[in-house]
Amino acid sequence: MYQIISKKALAPAIYEYEILAPKVAKKAKAGQFIIVKVDEQGERIPLTIADFNRETGTVTIVFAEAGYSTKKLGQLNAGDAVQDFVGPLGVPSHVDKLGTVIMVAGGVGVAPVYPIAREMKIAGSHVVGIMGARNKDLIFWEDRMKEACDELFVTTDDGSYVRQGFVTDVLREYIEKEGNPAMVMAIGPLPMMRAVANMTKEYGIKTMVSLNSIMVDGTGMCGACRVTIGGETKFVCVDGPEFDGHLVDFEEQLMRSRQYKSEEQQAMQQSSCGCGGGGKCHG
Amino acid sequence: MAKQIIPKKHPMPHQDPKVRAKNFDEVALGYTEELALAEAERCLKCKNPMCMKGCPVSVDIPEFIAHVKERKYEEAAKVIKRTNALPAVCGRVCPQENQCEKFCIVGKKNEPVAIGRLERFVGDYMVNKEAEIEKAEATGYKVAIVGSGPAGLACAADLARLGHSVTMFEALHTPGGVLMYGIPEFRLPKAIVQKEIQNLKKMGVEIETNAIVGQIASLDELLQEEGFDAVFLGTGAGTPYFMNLPGENYNGVYSANEFLTRSNLMKAYCFPQCDTPIKVGKKVAVLGGGNVAMDAARTALRLGAEDVYIVYRRSRAELPARLEEVEHAEEEGVQFLFLTNPTKYVGSEEGWLTGLQCIKMELGEPDASGRRKPVPIDGSEFVLPVDVAIVAIGQGPNPLLTKTTPDLETNKRGNITADETGKTSKEGVYAGGDVVTGAATVIKAMGAGRVAATSIHEYLMGKGPKKN
Ligand SMILES: Cc1cc2nc3c(=O)[nH]c(=O)nc-3n(C[C@H](O)[C@H](O)[C@H](O)COP(=O)(O)OP(=O)(O)OC[C@H]3O[C@@H](n4cnc5c(N)ncnc54)[C@H](O)[C@@H]3O)c2cc1C
Ligand SMILES: Cc1cc2nc3c(=O)[nH]c(=O)nc-3n(C[C@H](O)[C@H](O)[C@H](O)COP(=O)(O)OP(=O)(O)OC[C@H]3O[C@@H](n4cnc5c(N)ncnc54)[C@H](O)[C@@H]3O)c2cc1C
Ligand code: SF4
Ligand code: SF4
Ligand code: FES
Ligand SMILES: [Mg+2]
Repeated sequence: MYQIISKKALAPAIYEYEILAPKVAKKAKAGQFIIVKVDEQGERIPLTIADFNRETGTVTIVFAEAGYSTKKLGQLNAGDAVQDFVGPLGVPSHVDKLGTVIMVAGGVGVAPVYPIAREMKIAGSHVVGIMGARNKDLIFWEDRMKEACDELFVTTDDGSYVRQGFVTDVLREYIEKEGNPAMVMAIGPLPMMRAVANMTKEYGIKTMVSLNSIMVDGTGMCGACRVTIGGETKFVCVDGPEFDGHLVDFEEQLMRSRQYKSEEQQAMQQSSCGCGGGGKCHG
Repeated sequence: MAKQIIPKKHPMPHQDPKVRAKNFDEVALGYTEELALAEAERCLKCKNPMCMKGCPVSVDIPEFIAHVKERKYEEAAKVIKRTNALPAVCGRVCPQENQCEKFCIVGKKNEPVAIGRLERFVGDYMVNKEAEIEKAEATGYKVAIVGSGPAGLACAADLARLGHSVTMFEALHTPGGVLMYGIPEFRLPKAIVQKEIQNLKKMGVEIETNAIVGQIASLDELLQEEGFDAVFLGTGAGTPYFMNLPGENYNGVYSANEFLTRSNLMKAYCFPQCDTPIKVGKKVAVLGGGNVAMDAARTALRLGAEDVYIVYRRSRAELPARLEEVEHAEEEGVQFLFLTNPTKYVGSEEGWLTGLQCIKMELGEPDASGRRKPVPIDGSEFVLPVDVAIVAIGQGPNPLLTKTTPDLETNKRGNITADETGKTSKEGVYAGGDVVTGAATVIKAMGAGRVAATSIHEYLMGKGPKKN
């Protein structure tokens, strides 16, 4: 069991948990993820490592309640524990002194972007952060991002905070004004990452994105997370999660992310039968 | 031959095919004591037992069966356990028709002795008994076992018995390897596997789940920082192969590993009471002809699929699956399309699988191995309408560990290189099971785990008493 040390509500239906998992904290690197399973019946939920503290042995995760399993996770409180917590998974981000790097975060994507931005700055890159959300209520970790970046731009779709516009609008303005950066990294909803990649392609800027494909084991054993990168099949959990955004088949990813839509709705409608998962419900 | 031999094996009691095709309870119910005693009588207790030559771990078959005849089941179990740590498992899943029973002398003119069924009977008898724990005095040496499949389980048990302190690391949340996530409940009840794991714990083996060696600690860190004196790698062959056909990433195309893991390990058969979903489909095609394919097909039926097809490019005689599983699949209504090779997946605009395009094959000239090679028949393409396809054409080794251990020698397929004692290119590191041989069998993996345990013991004892 892995204890929840602290819980914060960052925005409506977005939570930050610090979880006690010393072995994961010891090895965690920016860009990696964990898989959490709440209880015996639980689904394995992949979540990015948003932060870690090797001294206290804790790993921070930030998640949005997207459906049944993340809602169930969100019902826990500080002091509760999750049954399983495995990681660090995936290949860490390539962190280096690269000149200017622009880190684009959409929605909950701020959480995974934050540690990468921080490490990039420590490595000596000039880090420009662009964070966007639908509205003011959904903005979080602006303070952390300010610290992690040399420059930070914030935007909201509806203009309820700082300015109105999409992250791509801010990105284009910056590039037009300052010229091409060494790299752009975009993390957020698939359509947002696709939009960023399409735009940077025009400018010929190297762009990395972090994919959120549907996963089961996260160890390369099932192939659920497969994605086409430059015509080749890759497994996001062991080959990624970061890939060259100009090579990702976003249409396929979007289609694959909808694979369980009807089951997901069904899960939201039911409440537990109490079989405890060991029950042979079909028997 | 003086004695009159009953020509056929005593039949195994089974759940009715119509009933069992809709539940996950075990199909084969096991011999009663009466049946076991009667079947044991069929064994001739040969002086030169051919059957043993077919068993990868040389279980002393005539001796254990002789104990069964005398109703001394615990004695029988002791005999089996000298070389096979998991009789309740192997009795169920060994491909006996290609191993022990293939060589049984009775099988020359009649059906062979049902060695597997007797072994299962003995194993099950012991499952309900408290295991005797005999342990040597503690040596002070620490051994890490990576992977908790049959290879790791067998290696851990032997090393613990020899007095070493054993810690097992498992990537998933439940130990057992393929025995838990791959082979379905209706063929191998999970309670049996968990009972064996409980026994290991009673022997003092520590099991760390959610621990991926290579990610949480490298092999070198285990040896240099975490104080392990030796390591056994039993990481299996977990990476699913795909056929690289067009359309393979349509929604509805699964690897058998994913389909079976969702159903077995994640209990998707009880979705939505359990949280992990699975797409069952009305019409399901399974690509391949081995045990994995049979398990996937029969699982799909149980989850409610209406038509389930096995698509296999060779003929029935070449099916690599255990004979019993093929028969069970047929009885339950799985439809076999032999000499049929998939060529492409067909899908809808929205990305959903709608069919599997196949081409008919015929047997051509014998190839170098003497087998007649299937060749495509021109113009015989057709589309099998299916909404789910499950690819079960094999698995390769998982690279998570080898990737982070560059000085560990592997072959070009990524399998770890180990000699017949399990020794790898790295000092103190041993390996066995599917990660060395490629996908094979439970008994071979277990056998390799035990051989490695002996080598590890010799290696550690060669260092003299443990110094702190
Ligand atoms: C590497 C990685 C890192 C991630 N990091 C974060 C993060 O830091 N914060 C965050 O809020 N979310 C993150 N996600 C997404 C998160 O895993 C999903 O939102 C969650 O699994 C949804 O589960 P659910 O049952 O609540 O919702 P559901 O209703 O089941 O699904 C909602 C949507 O989430 C996606 N999804 C469903 N099941 C899975 C699954 N098993 N694995 C991945 N995606 C799935 C599907 O596209 C689906 O349409 C990450 C995903 C991956 C693969
Ligand atoms: C569906 C299916 C049906 C089968 N049916 C039969 C049958 O009827 N009869 C038969 O004899 N054989 C059968 N087999 C084959 C048999 O199960 C395997 O040969 C056997 O399980 C191999 O054992 P193993 O210990 O080498 O590896 P596995 O059983 O594969 O176990 C390896 C374990 O190591 C873990 N692991 C991997 N990497 C790491 C890491 N880096 N750190 C920590 N843990 C790690 C994995 O999660 C896994 O639990 C079947 C296989 C499948 C998939
Ligand atoms: S272990 Fe397998 S091959 Fe050996 S005797 Fe038992 S059933 Fe036969
Ligand atoms: S070969 Fe057959 S008859 Fe002879 S000992 Fe073995 S099982 Fe018995
Ligand atoms: S999640 Fe199973 S292979 Fe990636
Ligand atoms: Mg879900």
